[in-house]
Amino acid sequence: MTSTALASTEGRRSPWNRRLRGFGSRATVTAIVAAICFIFILPLIYAVSVAFTPSDSTSLVGAPPWPVSARSIEYTDPTTQQTQKLYLHSVPDWDSQGLGHTKDLALVAERFPPVASDFIDPADPNTIIKWGDKDGQNVYQLGYVWDVAISMDNFGTAWNQMGSAEGGFPLLFRNTLVIALLGTIGAVLSAVIVAYGFARFKIPGKELLFLILISTIMIPFQVTLIPTFLVFQAIGWTGTWLPLIVPHFFANAYNVFLLRQYFMGLPHELDEAAMMDGASPLRILISVIIPQSWPAIMAVTLFHFFFAWNDFLNPLIYLTGSADLWPIAVGLNNFNTTFRNAGTPAVIQAGSLLAIVLPVAIFFFAQRVFMRGVVISGVEK
Amino acid sequence: MAIVQDTEVLTTTAPKRRLTMSHREAAWGLLFLSPWFIGLALFYVIPIIISFVMSFTDFNPVHAADWQFVGLANYQWMFSESATVSSFFITMKLAVVSVPLGLFVALGLAILVNQKLLAGKRVFRTLFFMPVQIPLVASTIIWLDFLNGSNGWLAYILNTCQDIFLNFFGGLLNVSHPYGPIAPSWFQDTNWAIPGLILMGLWGIGNGMLIFLAGLQTVPTELYEAARVDGAGRWQQFRNVTMPMISPVFFYNLLIAVIGMAQYFTQPYVLSGGRGDPGGETLVYNINLYTQAWTYNFMGHGAALAWLMFVVVLGFSVVLFRTSARWVFYAGGER
Repeated sequence: MTSTALASTEGRRSPWNRRLRGFGSRATVTAIVAAICFIFILPLIYAVSVAFTPSDSTSLVGAPPWPVSARSIEYTDPTTQQTQKLYLHSVPDWDSQGLGHTKDLALVAERFPPVASDFIDPADPNTIIKWGDKDGQNVYQLGYVWDVAISMDNFGTAWNQMGSAEGGFPLLFRNTLVIALLGTIGAVLSAVIVAYGFARFKIPGKELLFLILISTIMIPFQVTLIPTFLVFQAIGWTGTWLPLIVPHFFANAYNVFLLRQYFMGLPHELDEAAMMDGASPLRILISVIIPQSWPAIMAVTLFHFFFAWNDFLNPLIYLTGSADLWPIAVGLNNFNTTFRNAGTPAVIQAGSLLAIVLPVAIFFFAQRVFMRGVVISGVEK
Repeated sequence: MAIVQDTEVLTTTAPKRRLTMSHREAAWGLLFLSPWFIGLALFYVIPIIISFVMSFTDFNPVHAADWQFVGLANYQWMFSESATVSSFFITMKLAVVSVPLGLFVALGLAILVNQKLLAGKRVFRTLFFMPVQIPLVASTIIWLDFLNGSNGWLAYILNTCQDIFLNFFGGLLNVSHPYGPIAPSWFQDTNWAIPGLILMGLWGIGNGMLIFLAGLQTVPTELYEAARVDGAGRWQQFRNVTMPMISPVFFYNLLIAVIGMAQYFTQPYVLSGGRGDPGGETLVYNINLYTQAWTYNFMGHGAALAWLMFVVVLGFSVVLFRTSARWVFYAGGER
């Protein structure tokens, strides 16, 4: 009797134990990956945090690493009648009553220790408090008083001042969108047509041609850049968007490869049926192949769109001096150079966030299509 | 084989018609390929030839009409001018560390997000991949400030860890901030600029991770079961089952990483506005090329530099393909 009872409790306990242990290792693995993932995207969290920090506090020493502003008061000097902004400092032992008495005082006049500096109590602005003339009192070691503060001002500055003086960010955005969309049309159209040629037609020497296509991936862009630039310059295309758009109408190897793989996986029965009905190859492409290939076509569309949004060297070379035509990448780089000298990381990070909002949003929206596209072009080789 | 037989049967019955049919098919096919033929000629073949010829001239677009062949002068210049020589070594240093590191981190992440025990796999895959979609100029600017030695977060984290460590063990070891704060000022310090670029490069491993992941998922589970029956431990399973099975994707990722390294430009350019700060330490090969060709208008120098890189990448690819038979295992047999 006892032995059966024991066995039954054990029988009940052990799957529960196993499940608990399973849950434990599941939680451990997930926690480890989550921690790594957190570290991995920490720079992005940093950018968001800085972008929302009031821009004057990022230049002050000792700011904690989250959005804060240093507490300050408006102070009108009774003799000169000039109003100025005074930062509060947390002053220890301020009334010489012994340790532990710390008060937030506004610094009026800073002097080299051991000469006392002037402070005032914000609650009583008419009395000057002297501090800093004793041993261990150093005005330069006082900390600011930080309050959590979120500011949208940096985004306003970036919005207005990135890119050309008149256009600001909206113009950069529009330029990027136009370049990206027109280029995408060309990239998709040409890749679909060429991939169809490779996937469905018996052409003498096709294997070799396809090998040549794939090997163009391995050609570093530098080796074609200078002659291409000089030709575009000779025909007067520098300072226009044409060099950033037109070359994409001639089929890119990655895109062709991805679409060809997809087309080759489609069953031939439908094409053959259409051919029996007397449809021309172009007709078959439009009404049979394309309607079955939207996932792959979407992937190519996204690839090119992101490429164009990301492209830096080409617009840098072709649009030097035409700030009105710049895409975001060039505008943001220029904005960074200008504001880095001014020492305002908050404004710069707001600018970089403006630049990434659309691509990141599209990515999260279409990540399934996108990540599958990466895999097709990578693995099925 | 079946296709050939099919043709033979048809040719005996209707030789003429079949011939024209296949001609017509080839003609249609070539018509569809024609955009690529035009692009290949206009944007690859002709420019490559021109740039080859140009690398033996002193072409300068400012006075485009008067240029001369200068023989191998540009190539001689390349190996004697100090900035160019150093840019070559900087790129090599970068490649030697960041290519293998990127591959192994990508593989490591792929293994992590492929764990059966991991909850929310999709979310993690998406998050690890996401930085790839952040435009490079923006991600470089983010990293530049994130790594800032005085108020960046990494400095804050490292210095806080140091403080905590010293608070606990400082008395025990009788040390107090022996070297000052440990956080390096990455892009203000010549010794830390390249490690900074390498660290930044890890944000771009998402593509490699996804490709490794797909590779891992194609490994048949029976192979692992068989290995386990033979008494293989986890490491042996990885070494003897996983690695050979994913060697084709490893090969692909390695090739793509090397090609990417050959085109490395945007990050160091954005960091320093193309000057190569700090102290020329980020003046990589392509920034030097850009400076020669576009800042100084020495297109001959630029073309020679471009060709050298082309030859190096080509040579590397050939070596990679030649040696691939020895270490790349294709489950489907010879390809």
